[in-house]
Amino acid sequence: MAHVIDNPVLTVEHLSMRFGGLLAVDDLSFMAGRQDITALIGPNGAGKTTVFNCITGFYKPTEGCITALHENGEKFLLERMDDFKIPKIAKVARTFQNIRLFGGMTVLENLMVGQHNPLMIASNYTFGGILGLGGYKRAEKEAIEFAKYWMAQAGLMHRADDAAGDLPYGEQRKLEIARAMCTKPKLLCLDEPAAGLNPRESEELNKLLLFIRNEAATGVLLIEHDMNVVMGISDHIVVLDYGKKIADGTPEEIRNDPSVIAAYLGVPDEEVEEVEQEIDEIEEGASS
Amino acid sequence: MEYFLQQLINGITLGSIYGLIAIGYTMVYGIIGMINFAHGDIFMVSSFIALIVITALGVTVSTGLGMTFLALILVLVSAMVIASVFGWTTERLAYRPLRGSFRLAPLITAIGISIVLQNYIQITQGARVKPLQPLIADGYTLMTRVDANGEFAVQISNMQILIIVVTIVLMTIFSLIIAKTSLGRAQRACEQDRKMASLLGINVDRTISTTFVMGAALAAVAGLMFLLYYGVIDFFIGFIAGVKAFTAAVLGGIGSLPGAMLGGLVIGLIETFWSAYFSVEYKDVAAFSMLAIVLIFLPQGLLGKPEVEKV
Amino acid sequence: MTDTVNSPSRAGRHFDIPKIAKDLVVTALIATAIFGSTIAFRTVSASGGLSLELRFAEAFYVIAAVVFGRLLLWIFFWSKAPGQPAVSVPTGLKQGFRAFGAKFGKVFGPAMLLLALVFPFLPTTDRYLLDLSILILTYIMLGWGLNIVVGLAGLLDLGYVAFYAIGAYSYALLAQYFGFSFWMCLPLAGILAAFWGIILGFPVLRLRGDYLAIVTLAFGEIIRVVLLNWYQFTGGPDGLSGIPRPSFFGIPFNRSEGGFADLFGLDYSSIHRIIFMYFLILVLALITNFVTNRLRRLPIGRAWEALREDEIACRSLGLNTTSVKLTAFAIGAMFAGFAGSFFATRQGFISPESFTFIESALILAIVVLGGMGSQVGVVIASIAMIGGFELFREAEQYRMLIFGLAMVVIMIWRPRGLISTRIPSIFLKERKAVSADMVAQGEGH
Repeated sequence: MAHVIDNPVLTVEHLSMRFGGLLAVDDLSFMAGRQDITALIGPNGAGKTTVFNCITGFYKPTEGCITALHENGEKFLLERMDDFKIPKIAKVARTFQNIRLFGGMTVLENLMVGQHNPLMIASNYTFGGILGLGGYKRAEKEAIEFAKYWMAQAGLMHRADDAAGDLPYGEQRKLEIARAMCTKPKLLCLDEPAAGLNPRESEELNKLLLFIRNEAATGVLLIEHDMNVVMGISDHIVVLDYGKKIADGTPEEIRNDPSVIAAYLGVPDEEVEEVEQEIDEIEEGASS
Repeated sequence: MEYFLQQLINGITLGSIYGLIAIGYTMVYGIIGMINFAHGDIFMVSSFIALIVITALGVTVSTGLGMTFLALILVLVSAMVIASVFGWTTERLAYRPLRGSFRLAPLITAIGISIVLQNYIQITQGARVKPLQPLIADGYTLMTRVDANGEFAVQISNMQILIIVVTIVLMTIFSLIIAKTSLGRAQRACEQDRKMASLLGINVDRTISTTFVMGAALAAVAGLMFLLYYGVIDFFIGFIAGVKAFTAAVLGGIGSLPGAMLGGLVIGLIETFWSAYFSVEYKDVAAFSMLAIVLIFLPQGLLGKPEVEKV
Repeated sequence: MTDTVNSPSRAGRHFDIPKIAKDLVVTALIATAIFGSTIAFRTVSASGGLSLELRFAEAFYVIAAVVFGRLLLWIFFWSKAPGQPAVSVPTGLKQGFRAFGAKFGKVFGPAMLLLALVFPFLPTTDRYLLDLSILILTYIMLGWGLNIVVGLAGLLDLGYVAFYAIGAYSYALLAQYFGFSFWMCLPLAGILAAFWGIILGFPVLRLRGDYLAIVTLAFGEIIRVVLLNWYQFTGGPDGLSGIPRPSFFGIPFNRSEGGFADLFGLDYSSIHRIIFMYFLILVLALITNFVTNRLRRLPIGRAWEALREDEIACRSLGLNTTSVKLTAFAIGAMFAGFAGSFFATRQGFISPESFTFIESALILAIVVLGGMGSQVGVVIASIAMIGGFELFREAEQYRMLIFGLAMVVIMIWRPRGLISTRIPSIFLKERKAVSADMVAQGEGH
C-alpha cells in the first residue's frame, strides 16, 4: 500500500537502527515528495526521532540507505555524510524537539548564522571580510534581506533585535523553522513543531508550513502528534509503530486505516468512531 | 627483569598515592561537575599538618615499633580531621555561593583558593623544603641478581607495603560507603539529578559537603604517605600532584571510584617506567601525553560510562 | 532577591542571639582547626631534624579576628528580619545607576583610548608608572586574545600561556640563530603560535568542556617542561638572554650618531625606548581589539558565538564545528604569540619561569572577571588585577595571598564578571544589549 511518489526529495530504504539490544527502527522504507508535506507519525517510542537523527546525520544507521535527490538529478547518500555536510551540501535542514536556538544572540543573528556557509564564501573565508572588501558587504546586505524575508513570514519582524532566549515559546518554534529555512534547504525536517503551541499559534504554524511548501518549494518532513496539524496540512503520512512502518498513504487513507487506528491510537473499538468524528471535524475546520 | 620488577613496585606505590588524591577529584566532579582545583593543595596542606604532628610527637626512627604505629595513627587521624575542615570550609566559602551559577565561576574561585592555600602555607610554614628523616626503615629483599655489573636486589620497603595496604583498606571502606550506606545512595542520587534528589528529601548541600570532606580526608591520607615515602615536602607539591591526580581521575573515567584508583596506578606506573627507562626530566610530559591520548581515543576513560550525545 | 520593594514599615534589625552564638562558636572551632594548626606551629629545620616554633599569640589574634569579622557580618548584614533585604537600594537609584552605566559604557572606550594616548606625556608619569602600564597593556592584549577562545567561542583554555611562551621563544631563537629583526619576527611568532594552536587543537577540540580545559592545561605544562629541559636549544632553566631590543623601524635607541635621539634632535634619554615600547604594545593591543571586533561582525565570529550557545544547533545548520573551533583557537594563539614576542623584546631575557600555569590562570581570571566576551571588561579587569597586585608590592609575602582572596571574593560578588551583558553583532533598528541570563556559557553546558 506504499504511496506512489513520482518526484521524491528523499528516499529511505531498509533503514534499521540498533541501540545495543533495542531495534529502534526496523527495516523502514518510505519516500518524501519534493512538493509534499510528509508526516511521520506514531505513538511515543515508535522511533520517529531516531529516523530523523539518521536522516540528519546525528546517528549513523546500522543498516539502510538514505538518499536526498535534488531537481537537477544530483543524489546524496546521507548515511555516508558528516552531520554538518547534510544541511550544507545535501540541503536537508532540521529543527529539534527541544528547541535549540542561540539564546544569547538576537533573532537576526540567529538567522545570519543560518546563512553561515554562503557568507563565509562571500567573506573569502574571513580574509576578504576583515579587509572590508566590497563583495562581503553586498553579500551581508543580501543576507539581511533574506533574513528579513523569513522574519516576515514567521511574524518575527518586531522581534528582530531581541535575544532569541527572550522570545515566548511559540515564537521560538517559528524562529527555529525560519533559521532552518535560511540554509535554503530542499527538505525541511521538523521534529514536533506544534508541541506546546496554543490553537492560534498552531494555526499560524500551519500557514507557515504551507507557505514553505508552496512558495519556497521546499519539501517538509515532520514528526507530529498534533492531529490538527497532521491531518490539516499533510499530503502524505507514514505511520510507525515499534520501529516498523504500519501504514503509508494520504491522510484520507490513513484515517480510514483500521490498523492505524487500533495500533496508533491504541483505543478500544467503541472509541474509534469518536476519534474518527473528531478527525472529521478537524478536517472540516481546515478546509473551510 | 629484576629492574623491571623493582620499578613495578615503585610505580604501584606512587600510583596508590595518586589514586588516593584522584578519588577526591572524581567524587567532586561526579557530584557537581567541577574541577576542584584546590584539591591538590588540600593534599599539600595535609602533608604539612602531618609533618607538624609528627614533629610535635617527637617520633623518630628510633621510636619503638608499637609507639611509632600508635603515633602514626594519631598523625593520620589529626591530618584527616584538619584536612576535612579545610575541605569543608573551601566548599562552604568558595563553591556553595556559586552553585547553579555561571559554570566558570567556581573554577576561578577554585584557582583562587589554590593560590590562597599555597601562599598561606608559604607564609606560615616557610618557602623552603621540609625534610623529614625516614620513620619506617627496613624492608624485604625479594630477589637478588649477581652479574658482571654487580649486585642488583629487588626490594620492597616496609613503607611501600604500608602505603599499598593502607590504600587497599581505605579504597575498600570508601567503596562500601558509596555502595551500601544511605550517604552513598544520596551521593549517587545527587550525581544523577540534583534537583530531583532535593525534591525527594535529600539534603543536597550536606551531601556535597560530605563529598568534599571525604575527598579531603583521603587527600590527607595521601599527604601523610607522600611525606613518609619521599621525606621532603614544600608548599608547591600540591599543584603538580593535583594535576596528575586529576589526570588519573579522567583516565580512569570521571565519577568512578575504582576508575580513579586504576587511573592513579596507570599514571604512577607510566611515570616510574618513563623515568627508569627514558628520562626523568620528561616524566611529566609522559603522564600528560597519556592523558591527551586517552581523552582523544577513549573520552569516557577506562572505566567510565560512555556519554551519549542527546539531540 | 534584593529587588523586593522597600516597604515603608521596614522591620528593624532582628537578632537571633542563640543562633548567632552557636554560629560564632562553630566559626571559632573551625578557625582554630585551620589556623591553630598551621599558624600556631611552624616547623623549622634545626640541628638533628625538625623542631617546632610555637606562635600561639599570632594564631589567637587571627582566630579572634575571624570570629569578630563574622560577628560584624551578623550585626550589619545578616540581622535582617525574614523576607527583608539586608541592604536595600531604592529602585529609582538602581535605574539611575543603570542609565549611568549605559552612558558611561559609551564614553568609556574612547576616554580610555585618549588617556592611553597622552599617558606617557603626562607630567605625573614616571618610568615606574610607564613600566606598569606596559605590563597592564600586555595583559589587556593577552586577555583580548583569550577572550576570543573563552569568551566568544566558549572553549575553556587553561594552557593559553603556552602560546605566549611560543611567541617569546620564537622571537628569541629566531633572533639568536638567524639574526632576524623584531619586525620580521613579530609576524613569524604569531604565525608559529597559531600553527601550534592548530597542531595542539586539532586532536583535542572534539573534547567537551572541562576535559578540554584539563588537556589544554596539560599541553601548557608539556611546553613548559620541554622548554625547561631542552638545554641545547632553549637554555633550560637559565633561559635566553641578550634578546635584541626593537629599533624605531630600523633606528636604534642609543647615544650613537644616527640613533633615535640624535636623528630627532632630542637629548638622549633611556625613557625614549620605554615610551616607544609603550606605544608598541598599545598598538598591538588595539590591533587585537580591532581585529576581534571586526571578526565578531563576520560570519566566523558569529559562528564562534553560536558555537558557545549550542554546538548541535550549529552542526544542524551546516557549520563545520571543528574548523570553527580551530580558527578560534588559532587566532587566540596568534595574538598570544604577538604578545609573547613583545614580552621577549621588552625583557631582553626569558626563561620558562615566566610561563607557568599561574599566568594562564591570571589571564583567564582577567577574562572571566571582566565578563566573558566583553572587550571593555578585560580592560577594567586588567587594570584592577595587575594594578591592584602592584599596590601590594610592599607586602611582598602577602600579595599573592591577597590576590587569591580577591579572585574568590570578586567571583562570588559578580559570578558573571563585571560587564556581563552581550552586545549583538548586528541589528536592524536598535542595538539592545542581551542580558547575561540568556547568554550560554559554552562547552559543557
